[in-house]
Amino acid sequence: MKTKDERRFQVLAHIVLIILSLLAVIPFFLLIISSFTDNNTLIANGYSFTPAKWSIYAYQYIFKTGNSVLHSYGISIMLTLLGTTLALAITTLLAYALSKPDLPGRRILMFLVFFTLLFNGGLVPTYIVYTNIFNIKNTFWSLLIPGLMMNGFNVLLMKSYFSTSVPGEIMDAAYIDGASEFQAFGRIALPLAKPIVATIGLFAGIAYWNDWMNGYIYLTKRTDLYSVQNLLNRMMQNIQYLSQNSAHIQDAGVGLASIPSVSVRMAMATVGVLPILICYPFIQGSFVKGITLGGVKG
Amino acid sequence: MMSEHNKSAGTLHRTGKKKAVRYIPLYLMAFPGMLYLFVNNYMPLPGLILAFKKYSARKGIFGSKFVGFKNFKYLFATQDAFIITRNTICYNIVFIIVNTVCAIFVAILLAEMTSKVKKLYQSLILLPYMISMVIVSYLVFGFLSTENGFFNNTILKAFGAAPVSWYMEKKYWPFILVFVNTWKSIGYNCVIYLATILSFDRSIYESAAIDGASKWQQIRKITVPLLKPTIIMLTLLAVGRIFYSDFGLFYQVPQNQGALFSVTNTIDTYVYRGLLESGDMAMSSAAGLYQSIVGFILVLGANLLVRKIEPDSALF
Repeated sequence: MKTKDERRFQVLAHIVLIILSLLAVIPFFLLIISSFTDNNTLIANGYSFTPAKWSIYAYQYIFKTGNSVLHSYGISIMLTLLGTTLALAITTLLAYALSKPDLPGRRILMFLVFFTLLFNGGLVPTYIVYTNIFNIKNTFWSLLIPGLMMNGFNVLLMKSYFSTSVPGEIMDAAYIDGASEFQAFGRIALPLAKPIVATIGLFAGIAYWNDWMNGYIYLTKRTDLYSVQNLLNRMMQNIQYLSQNSAHIQDAGVGLASIPSVSVRMAMATVGVLPILICYPFIQGSFVKGITLGGVKG
Repeated sequence: MMSEHNKSAGTLHRTGKKKAVRYIPLYLMAFPGMLYLFVNNYMPLPGLILAFKKYSARKGIFGSKFVGFKNFKYLFATQDAFIITRNTICYNIVFIIVNTVCAIFVAILLAEMTSKVKKLYQSLILLPYMISMVIVSYLVFGFLSTENGFFNNTILKAFGAAPVSWYMEKKYWPFILVFVNTWKSIGYNCVIYLATILSFDRSIYESAAIDGASKWQQIRKITVPLLKPTIIMLTLLAVGRIFYSDFGLFYQVPQNQGALFSVTNTIDTYVYRGLLESGDMAMSSAAGLYQSIVGFILVLGANLLVRKIEPDSALF
């Protein structure tokens, strides 16, 4: 049945997609291979896919001296778990309430949610509110609260899911049976909304794990609260600073040995990206579904 | 009579109360989320007035001296206002075009592919979307680092070319940033187009094939025209966001290098630097308000257009 034209297309498509897939993953290979390369080899030959000499020194270094790495891992994990839980809780509850067509004041609440998608104050006023009114600078709250916990788009997405996929008759039957609103929500609406809850939870979890901005802006002194991303960011900046001012440093008698070596840097980035790489095969299916769900509307 | 009146009032009252009681749990449920929006999205809004003031941390937002449009006058008198507006808009336009073309191209290849491996291709191409810009900056650094980078040490050496100080030469950065952005987001955009293509009626293709249409003709004459509404819609929504940029892409990936500012500075990085690096609150708040207002107008305009073309896809 396959024509010559069809076969030629398939071959071409395979070639193009193989090239694109390789482009997508090659940078990760360079990162990981570099982290397993001997430091002197790196200094002589640079980051390479085919190192002359392999070494696990970088990882030994991290896990011996790098308490900060494990510590920041702990912060990132705690932040992601707590943040995702809270994000899901407040988003789901608000979306459920807004899905009730007869709720008095619903239109006003909907507008208030919706308006946040159109207009926002931006960085400067937000920063002032969080630092001057709530004083969350240099606290764990500054990683958790600003920006990430909820967004109007997810609320609207979930609200329309509740409206369209949870049949009103089932809810009515529950009320007639004497279920309270909380029972109706927890026992009927929530289980039916599992797909959207999973999707938004996944997006929130990734956003929390990947966020570096909050820590970068608000954690000016408490480096002990750094997430993995913040630690990596700080390390990249330190190296930059040191290499730019290397003449100055030599004067001061500070050896370059005191900063993480060329391979350690890549090993830390590898350790930072590892959770995503490990989880990815398991979550990518629901992630793709989630993008489709959100992409259809917006 | 009196008792009867009381009774009916009582019933009324009871049903009224019952109704109100029924809604209390719903308001309780909505409360945490609305409180969050109030704190995170609404409380900052009055602070926008700062753009018209000479900020003094001691006096606070409202105690600071009112200076009218002076901050804006200064901002637009500088070269910066032009550069950040140009960079933000031009990069976005290039991103929209490149992303749309690449995403559709990949989506068509994936949709037409018969082999099961296409799932694997799609997953791999989507992977970069999942990682943070900090990690991206490390990946880019692996290639571009002047001392240790793969380009300088392997590729350029192989051609006998002199090493390039990538983080100092601004002429390369428009290409680097477009490449990195495409690399990171192509998988995401492609998923949306792929879902649309897969929803098309396959019988059109079958009858076209029977009529002797080649694969290329089918793509050009069937797939692309059918994708048009989706393309228009997604493009318009992206146009609505044209005054906003991905802070991480323009700040982390070029590693905040001063030598590159003229090609990497966008409104978002400018506002950030004004607020937290140079302490130039006046310029920063003026640029922030400028972004909020123009951004708002663009989002509204784009949505009105989307609503005209495809009411179901409009945000409102």
